[in-house]
Amino acid sequence: MSDLFRVEGLTKNFGGLAVSREISLAMPAGERLALIGPNGAGKTTFVNLVTGQLQPSAGRVVLNGEDVTGLGAVERVRKGLVRTFQVTRLFSDMTPEEHVTLTVLQRERKATRILSRFRGNAEVAGEVEGLLGTLGLLEVARRKVGEIAYGQQRLLEIAIALALRPKVLLLDEPAAGVPSSDTPRIEQALERLPPELAVLMIEHDMDLVFRFAKRVVVLAAGEIIFKGVPSEVAANSRVREAYLGNYANARSVA
Amino acid sequence: MRDVAGIVLIVAAGMAGYWLFPDNLALLTRVIAVALLVLSIDLIVGYCGVATLGQAALFGAGAYAAGIACVNGVTEPLTLIAIGALAGAVAGLLMGTIMLRAHGLAQLVLSIAIVQLFHEAANKASAYTGGSDGLAGLTVGPLFGVFEFDLWGQTAYLFGLALLVLVFIALKFVVSSPFGMLCRGIKEDPVRIKAMGSFVFPVLLKMFVISGAVAGIGGALAAISTQVVGLDSVSFELSANSLVMLVLGGLGTLYGALVGTVIFMGFEHAVSAINPFHWMTMVGALLIAVVLAAPGGLSGLLEKITASGKRTRGGRA
Amino acid sequence: MQTILSIAIDAFAYGMALFIICIGLSLTMGLMRVVNLAHGAFAMIAGYIASYAARDLGLGYAIAIFLAIIGTIVISIPLERLLYRRIYGSPQLTQVLMTIGITFCVIGITNYFFGPTLKTIPLPGSLSQSVNVGFKTIAAHRLFVMACGVVVALGLWFLIEKTAFGIKLRATVDNAAMADALGVRTQVVYAVSFAIAIGLAALGGVVGAEFLPIEPYYALRYMVTFLVVVSVGGAGSIPGAVVACLLLGAVDTTGRYLMPEFGNFFFYAAVIAIVCVFPRGFFGRAQ
Repeated sequence: MSDLFRVEGLTKNFGGLAVSREISLAMPAGERLALIGPNGAGKTTFVNLVTGQLQPSAGRVVLNGEDVTGLGAVERVRKGLVRTFQVTRLFSDMTPEEHVTLTVLQRERKATRILSRFRGNAEVAGEVEGLLGTLGLLEVARRKVGEIAYGQQRLLEIAIALALRPKVLLLDEPAAGVPSSDTPRIEQALERLPPELAVLMIEHDMDLVFRFAKRVVVLAAGEIIFKGVPSEVAANSRVREAYLGNYANARSVA
Repeated sequence: MRDVAGIVLIVAAGMAGYWLFPDNLALLTRVIAVALLVLSIDLIVGYCGVATLGQAALFGAGAYAAGIACVNGVTEPLTLIAIGALAGAVAGLLMGTIMLRAHGLAQLVLSIAIVQLFHEAANKASAYTGGSDGLAGLTVGPLFGVFEFDLWGQTAYLFGLALLVLVFIALKFVVSSPFGMLCRGIKEDPVRIKAMGSFVFPVLLKMFVISGAVAGIGGALAAISTQVVGLDSVSFELSANSLVMLVLGGLGTLYGALVGTVIFMGFEHAVSAINPFHWMTMVGALLIAVVLAAPGGLSGLLEKITASGKRTRGGRA
Repeated sequence: MQTILSIAIDAFAYGMALFIICIGLSLTMGLMRVVNLAHGAFAMIAGYIASYAARDLGLGYAIAIFLAIIGTIVISIPLERLLYRRIYGSPQLTQVLMTIGITFCVIGITNYFFGPTLKTIPLPGSLSQSVNVGFKTIAAHRLFVMACGVVVALGLWFLIEKTAFGIKLRATVDNAAMADALGVRTQVVYAVSFAIAIGLAALGGVVGAEFLPIEPYYALRYMVTFLVVVSVGGAGSIPGAVVACLLLGAVDTTGRYLMPEFGNFFFYAAVIAIVCVFPRGFFGRAQ
């Protein structure tokens, strides 16, 4: 009952095809959970179901004891259920500072105001600077997003999410597409996430998963086939079969 | 600072027009009225990314509202402008509510259907609108009770110029407000905006209302200055032409809307006096050239040329 | 009863004329994803050619139609090569602007050469008489238009569903890259489809001239009607286009018969209602 966030029997059918089957999991505050699984396992579908981009065929999403399944994507964000995107979705003409400012203003319900200046609020500006500083984005704060490195764009995705002051954060492959030289910066950012925040991370980079996550959930063909601590994942035969077999092969080749 | 300079430039250009073409003030006033319409399209197309070919519905709503009020005894010009703005805003609310239900092609078709419906309605309601003969006989009282609207159109022009500058300044605030930034975000990626926790529909609807008010002011100005309201003020042709002006000047910048209007109408006046079909060929060729060679329009081209040396600055829009 | 019959026959003939013109646009928009607002401009070019051939050169109606179709397609080839190819896959606004530009140019140039007057296409004797179909006499031209419409609908259905070209076309539409990899020459498929669409516009422009008279602003005046019909029917769907043309033809014709003073009011009211309820049109494919 003390769970901050819970999904119960989440199921999604596209036509006759079940892309999510009876997924249940719970996360207390401060959770660091990794969701892994082979390509096509339904990980991003799961995130879309949880955040309300898709409506489930069955099941519930519960946040803070409140059933949010019937709510749209926007309402869920406002209740503290926030995601990042697997492929960054940023406004190429705007600067990181503008992205985060807009997000903070939105959180304060001030983003639809016409009779105020975008940069007119010193408190907001202070918060934005703080966030950009935490993520090491200050030096590019006033460059257009289209001109900054992809690793920095990924950090900006996280900055936007944090600016919403989430309770539950879903990170959809935060290091995808980032050159390996930049992954340490992403990892650093992940380590510095607020401790009370419940984080669910989808990731392919197993080293990152093992360092970051306290618990791991493995998804295959839309179903949870394993829940447990990272050290047990590799030993599980079903996981090996569905996923780590390939992974282990890939590693031995590399 | 740049904005102050820009506004000074607009006033200077306006006054230059006043001194240089004292015999063409009626045309120049018309340019201002249409410029307001083009600005209103820019708010929707350039800042929100919603394509419309029916904006004249809002312009016409303002023009007819002001015209009908005037015929029925409201002659104070500022009141008429306010009535036009209100009617445009209401029409914008209606149009937005309908158009924002759809996306893409369906949305474009809805915008056309709405302007055509307005056109037919104005034609049919001839008891109020004068139908295809137009609504004539508007007698507007003096501005502030002092300045009569004279035969040469001096008062009308200066009044229009002042209105344009005021609206322009107001819109500068709108597009650089948090709301304006939110609209720019929606234009680029509505899914991202939703993931930031903001609804999309009410924001766009709000912009439709603002846009409607601006178009309505333009319509009312046209009604006051020409003292006639014709069916052409709610036509698909006017909608399409003003979109062309905007694209010519450059989408998503308020200056582009003004530049495009002035150049388009200036050439139209000069060339179509010779042969209207040459004019159509020219506009068509120009449009194709802009699409192929300068998607940012003339102002985008200008910016590219002037900014080529100082690319590092960036950021501030 | 007689009135209802007259309305029904007129509506059907008008709907069929619309169909012949619009199905080409529906194909370009649905299959090639190009919003071609200049579609009516090609129908207009055909009308001018047919008028010139039949009236000024004194050639027969059938020859005039043939020349109009061939001539229009020939004119469209360089346009496809130079202009349309650059906007395949562009945002809708870009396509709209480019094709409005083409429309303006066509109007300006056509009128420069042919003068700004209404052009008639004289009908041969066999089509200008009336035919008794038992319960009513109908103008032969009306029957001819209906027959053309039915033939075009069946012919296209056959082409798309039953021929090798149709298979290539559908494959290209579903996944151009895949079709390319499988050896379908997609550029050619596009060019041929475009030519077919233009040819249909030309045919419709000529045989439909009794309903939509050929005049200087034809391309602009009916641009909206054509676009509306396609989006109501659902771009790319033949049955959708048939239903939309017949329905909108009926609404329009009935409105004009019974309440002429309302003009196109009901037409556009119907359009708004339909598009609001079916944003993809009656038979639109999911995007």
